[in-house]
Amino acid sequence: MAGRLYTKSHEWVMVEGKSVTVGITDFAQAQLGDVVFLELPNPGRKLDAGESFGVVESVKAASDLYSPVGGRVTTVNEQLAAKPELINSDPYGDGWILKLELTGDLPKDLMDEAAYKRSTEPQS
Amino acid sequence: MVDFGGWELPQQYTSIRDEHIAVRKVAGLFDISHMGRFKVTGEAGLDFLQSLLTNDLSRIGQGRAQYNLMCNEQGGILDDLVVYWGDDGFFVVVNAANRERDLEWMRGHAPSAVDIEDRTFELALIAFQGPKAEELMPAKGLKDLQYFGFRPSHVAGLSALVSRTGYTGEDGFEIFVSADRVVEVWDAILEKGAPHGVLPAGLGARDATRLEAALRLYGNDMDDTVNPYEAGLGWTVRLDKGEFIGRDALARTKHDGPKRSLVGLKTAPGDIARHGATVRSQDRTIGNVTSGTHSFFLGYPIALALVEVASLRVGETAGVEVRGRQASAEVVQLPFYRGSARSAAAPAKS
Repeated sequence: MAGRLYTKSHEWVMVEGKSVTVGITDFAQAQLGDVVFLELPNPGRKLDAGESFGVVESVKAASDLYSPVGGRVTTVNEQLAAKPELINSDPYGDGWILKLELTGDLPKDLMDEAAYKRSTEPQS
Repeated sequence: MVDFGGWELPQQYTSIRDEHIAVRKVAGLFDISHMGRFKVTGEAGLDFLQSLLTNDLSRIGQGRAQYNLMCNEQGGILDDLVVYWGDDGFFVVVNAANRERDLEWMRGHAPSAVDIEDRTFELALIAFQGPKAEELMPAKGLKDLQYFGFRPSHVAGLSALVSRTGYTGEDGFEIFVSADRVVEVWDAILEKGAPHGVLPAGLGARDATRLEAALRLYGNDMDDTVNPYEAGLGWTVRLDKGEFIGRDALARTKHDGPKRSLVGLKTAPGDIARHGATVRSQDRTIGNVTSGTHSFFLGYPIALALVEVASLRVGETAGVEVRGRQASAEVVQLPFYRGSARSAAAPAKS
């Protein structure tokens, strides 16, 4: 099974065949602080890679969410409506945000874990 | 860590949610050493402060503290602060971001017989706030300490000045202790309180609790373009006490009535109205949000907004800008929440 891939805008994807699960990274949730609300698309919506699909609202700020890949939304994590804090407590597990059915290829600029980690380290 | 008036402070130690709830249900411990602390001494100290500040210090006495405003000649608020009347002078606690400006303003207006010393870096200041703060405080003899009273005490065996004040709407204490011993006091309070659910609390919890209690934040809810009557702090202005800076302008404002007022807004979960968001009523803009957050304790977002006076009444609906669209907000009574502070009503009262 392939590992998670990451975007510059701090989303992660897990690709299993045509099914792609999307969430935000541990780095992102730590920066956001306690998440209190998510505005998410309805299943069926088509997204381009890089398209804004929703908003995550934390106590500190509202931040846009961007789709790491092109595809059609198949499932949205319904648990997040009642428990947005899952984004903080388990960003790679129960805090997943939505699943897409991939259309086309994976974008070339997705990073592996090591590359993503380097990108989040402070520039000296 | 975030930069706050030049000090590095944690937004949260663990989670804003947990820390916020701990303050409301048990108690939380805040490091507020960033607040500026000045010692004012000299025979003319009282007269000087009376001429500089809006409230009337003759209404309190030694061993008492008073919430106060410092205004410019136009009646704009330069800072909000607390004056402690000690046995050898006055202590003035000001906002971190205003410390240098305040010091310059105060020294610029002080007669030569008054000495103003910046003690910010020698004394630490921590706040233990919550309905169980009194019970869990590692100090004796504080039960009869009145709201806005203070006295020398021993906390965890160390000499400290303890005042029954705070910025959360809860009962509790603010503790002045020498900077080189504060860690011992901090650890002792947490050690005693931890089994009961006491948590160290960061800026996030401080902002949420003060906003629920509708305690104004300088730089957000007021600045030098806002006068005390607009900020709902007219109760701190004592026009009858004699001459003070801004008195003439404030007397006119009081006579004519303020043009704006601070109101409370409640929105649907997820609709957090942030500082600066426009507020609309009947298809026109009537003001802006000055502070807004999600209240984990109340379960919905709350905001303070500075709007045209009498444009909104409690129970009415207003429009507020959230993420570029207009959301519906209900105008609610302030404070949003009244905690265990012995007279939390006083500072929040308009």
